[in-house]
Amino acid sequence: MIDWSHFTPWSSFAGGLLIGCAAALLVLSTGRIAGVSGIAGGLLTPRRADIGWRIAFLLGLLLAPVAFRVFGRLPFPRIDAGFGVLLIAGLLVGLGTSYGSGCTSGHGVCGLSRLSLRSLVATLAFMAAGMVTVFLVRHVWAS
Amino acid sequence: MGVLSAFVSGLIFGLGLLISGMSDPGKVIGFLDVAGRWDPSLAFVMAGAILVGFFGFARMRRQLPQRRGIDARLIAGSIVFGIGWGLAGFCPGPALVDFGAGIDKATVFVVAMLAGMLLYTGLERWSDVSRR
Repeated sequence: MIDWSHFTPWSSFAGGLLIGCAAALLVLSTGRIAGVSGIAGGLLTPRRADIGWRIAFLLGLLLAPVAFRVFGRLPFPRIDAGFGVLLIAGLLVGLGTSYGSGCTSGHGVCGLSRLSLRSLVATLAFMAAGMVTVFLVRHVWAS
Repeated sequence: MGVLSAFVSGLIFGLGLLISGMSDPGKVIGFLDVAGRWDPSLAFVMAGAILVGFFGFARMRRQLPQRRGIDARLIAGSIVFGIGWGLAGFCPGPALVDFGAGIDKATVFVVAMLAGMLLYTGLERWSDVSRR
């Protein structure tokens, strides 16, 4: 059953086009992959020649809400998870994206854009795991 | 030059996440909740991003290093990431955008995520040392 009240095909597609433009800009100008987990993780074990573009990209990401506010009201994020769950989830995301060398942006957007089989496998794995987790939390645990 | 375009890329990336609705964990969980009231929006984000990305990467496809081999690390790591993603509805990009917007819960998530990445670095060093 589709949740028509929340489904936003056009703005989601438009936002996706922008994300694709951002990934294309980064790879064409610097030869780097716009994978957020990899860019952030690379800063934790920094090599000097490698720091500048990483900080610049992350700074752009962090300042996006400020730029967005110029045009309109920021959407308010619905975060149901409590602080304890957020801590565990953050740890799992940090560990998992490091071992799997990528997240939704690196594997899901960039990897699939360059037709990488590795990234397809990774994307199917984290989507399936995410769906099973939500199923367990929402439909098994809750009842 | 590279630094400037990296900044602009990050900015456009973040705006894309905000406009697409993906900076809202509730919307991401709405996509992952296939057994409930399903919100397919995330699939439209991916479609738009890959449509542009395909052409962007087309010229670079041969130049970029390609890692091959699908191993247990890739699959297990991705599953662990997916579990965390499903628990909170946050993946790294949206979490950083919401952290930039000053959302407390995103800050907690980002700190824990960086701790997870550091833990990985530590575990890798330790296993390197013990292998010698």
